[in-house]
Amino acid sequence: MASENDQTGRTGAAELPIIGPGHTFATVSDKLTAVVLLDRIRKSWVLGLAISFAFVMLFLMSVTVLFLKGTGIWGLNVPVMWGFAIVNFVWWIGIGHAGTLISAILLLLRQEWRTSINRFAEAMTLFAVACAGMFPILHLGRPWVFYWLMPYPNTMALWPQFRSPLVFDVFAVSTYATVSLLFWYVGLLPDLANLRDRAKNKIAQLIYGVMSMGWRGSARHWARYQTSYLLLAGLATPLVVSVHTIVSYDFAVSVVPGWHTTVFPPYFVAGAIFSGFAMVLTLAIPLRAVYDLKDFITDRHLDNMAKVMLATGLIVAYGYLMEDFIAWYGENEYEFFMMLGPGRPFGPYWAFYWALIACNIVIPQLLWFKFARRNVIVLWLISILVNVGMWLERFIIVVTSLSQDFVPANWQEYTPTFWDWSLYLGTIGVFFCLLFLFIRVLPAIAISEMQELAYEVDHRKNLGNDGHGKSNSSHA
Amino acid sequence: MPQIFHPSANTLARASIFGGAFVALGAVLVTHMVIRSPYQTEVHVVKSQPVPFSHEHHVRGLGIDCRYCHTSVEESSFAGLPPTYTCMSCHSQIWTDSPMLAPVRESLALDRPLEWNRIHDVPDYTYFNHAIHVNKGVGCYSCHGRVDLMPLAWKEESMSMGWCLECHRNPEKHLRPREEIYNLEWSVDKDQEAVKAFVTREADAESKEFLMEDDYVSQEELGQLLAAMYEVPTLGHNTPLTNCAVCHR
Repeated sequence: MASENDQTGRTGAAELPIIGPGHTFATVSDKLTAVVLLDRIRKSWVLGLAISFAFVMLFLMSVTVLFLKGTGIWGLNVPVMWGFAIVNFVWWIGIGHAGTLISAILLLLRQEWRTSINRFAEAMTLFAVACAGMFPILHLGRPWVFYWLMPYPNTMALWPQFRSPLVFDVFAVSTYATVSLLFWYVGLLPDLANLRDRAKNKIAQLIYGVMSMGWRGSARHWARYQTSYLLLAGLATPLVVSVHTIVSYDFAVSVVPGWHTTVFPPYFVAGAIFSGFAMVLTLAIPLRAVYDLKDFITDRHLDNMAKVMLATGLIVAYGYLMEDFIAWYGENEYEFFMMLGPGRPFGPYWAFYWALIACNIVIPQLLWFKFARRNVIVLWLISILVNVGMWLERFIIVVTSLSQDFVPANWQEYTPTFWDWSLYLGTIGVFFCLLFLFIRVLPAIAISEMQELAYEVDHRKNLGNDGHGKSNSSHA
Repeated sequence: MPQIFHPSANTLARASIFGGAFVALGAVLVTHMVIRSPYQTEVHVVKSQPVPFSHEHHVRGLGIDCRYCHTSVEESSFAGLPPTYTCMSCHSQIWTDSPMLAPVRESLALDRPLEWNRIHDVPDYTYFNHAIHVNKGVGCYSCHGRVDLMPLAWKEESMSMGWCLECHRNPEKHLRPREEIYNLEWSVDKDQEAVKAFVTREADAESKEFLMEDDYVSQEELGQLLAAMYEVPTLGHNTPLTNCAVCHR
């Protein structure tokens, strides 16, 4: 079991395999298409879908009440005009980023371990962006005129203000959603064709047949597929970085102490990847247990993801440190108050602040140790705590900076109401509902890429053994 | 294994890709056309009124000046609709038995105003001011069209913001001498001699020479002179008429 790869020297001293032993083209395909095509509807799946659907209902109810009564149903008040809606927007969009990182950046870096997690990480991106994309519209006082944010010739002769980062957000998020969807769909084409060919049911054949757009797997198809996939990865990579940078501009471009910080763009991006990987782990661990996918999502994957989480977590910690250092070094009394005084650490939200430090900085340090990375339960708990911590980070940034800024007569705390919470929990329901549906109708792991991986691993093994690149299955 | 799709599916797939693009494009175009159509803007749409009042008869036929009824147009932001008393100043003597005028008589008898249906209704967040336009050289014609040819009133222009801004950006295309504000038939071409006389009278030597160079004064040339005379901010002016605060207070 240990180290089939290090004989070639290509992947270094890998201690854990990247794919379970003995897999061929057929076994990979059988196993992964079975989840979609053959598997009976599982009780756990139905239960999960039912629970998340209940939260979708909560979401719809919250939105209905919001549209009927206005944003006054939230706990927003004059100094704190951005509350949960923006906190959750940034949180969700951050979660989405790991999916693109895994599928695009790791593809450009030719990391083989991306293969088994990229598909559902991309799906996670899409669903997280769907949740995120709703908040900028829902938190508008007049959501029905949201389209005024788009530049189109209109009878008012009006255009959006291109100097506002909130307008950049429209372009960033819509482009991100479109490119992520395309990237995900292009990646799905060969797998949809696989499902089409294996489906026994006529309706399933038709649906997968239409969706696979006549994929025949010819050499020409594959050559063009590889090119376009790589190009999309090359496009998606700067997108990930710029989208969350633009989200950080919502704050960094302002003059508010605690917001006007030049470290925000890289530190927000790092935070996004941090929380995104935490969410991938939170989802991957139960997924591989329930669907028995431990051959594909191996401990090696969890280990690598934990390492990325640790690395980005350290960048985030550096971000906090820099904010505090500059607050001290800069000698601006407002910033000092916010960062080191009664603003964040010793103010009305001190408990949130210290919980954030514990979740994002202290606890992830366990990931330095192998036992934490290898122990699935510990890793899962850490990943959940990081999700909580990254939510707290956005809460602290948004709320503390607004509630106590330049004019003390303008200080007011923000207390979320039921409708703040219900909308947040509702989007979590939307996310999981989409995810459950995705797992059922589309392959959660990229089949063709796993087949390629199985072939390569096998090929390398044979090279090591007898010097001949003999594979134990045909390469169609 | 039998084929899932008949070969005709190829054509269907190709057609659906093109068709999809056309449907999307068509939806955009249809929306564009609908919001600019009379259905939305009510341009040239006649509304029913309690009394079928004819501007054509009163203005063109009888030669009544606009200000006889719309009294406050020069002083107020609101041009005003005439009260029943204005109607009755004549109609207590003429057509006193006309069934068409029954609502007017009833209005006077019961001391209840006539409920006219408003044709030009800009939203209440738009603070339009009639007096400033009339005093800065914008004639009735520019916004309301040939009211003297309307048997029943209609809207001549869409009153959309883009239409307002077009003139606020280039007011010289519509300015006319103050004496001609209520003259619905006036135009630079039709009244060229009078315009030349006006320029000769009002412009200083240098601008006169410039404006009359080709022995013809165009609307733009006259407009530039009038904009300077009436202090109308034109494009590039430091207090442009396109500032939000001009209308959206």
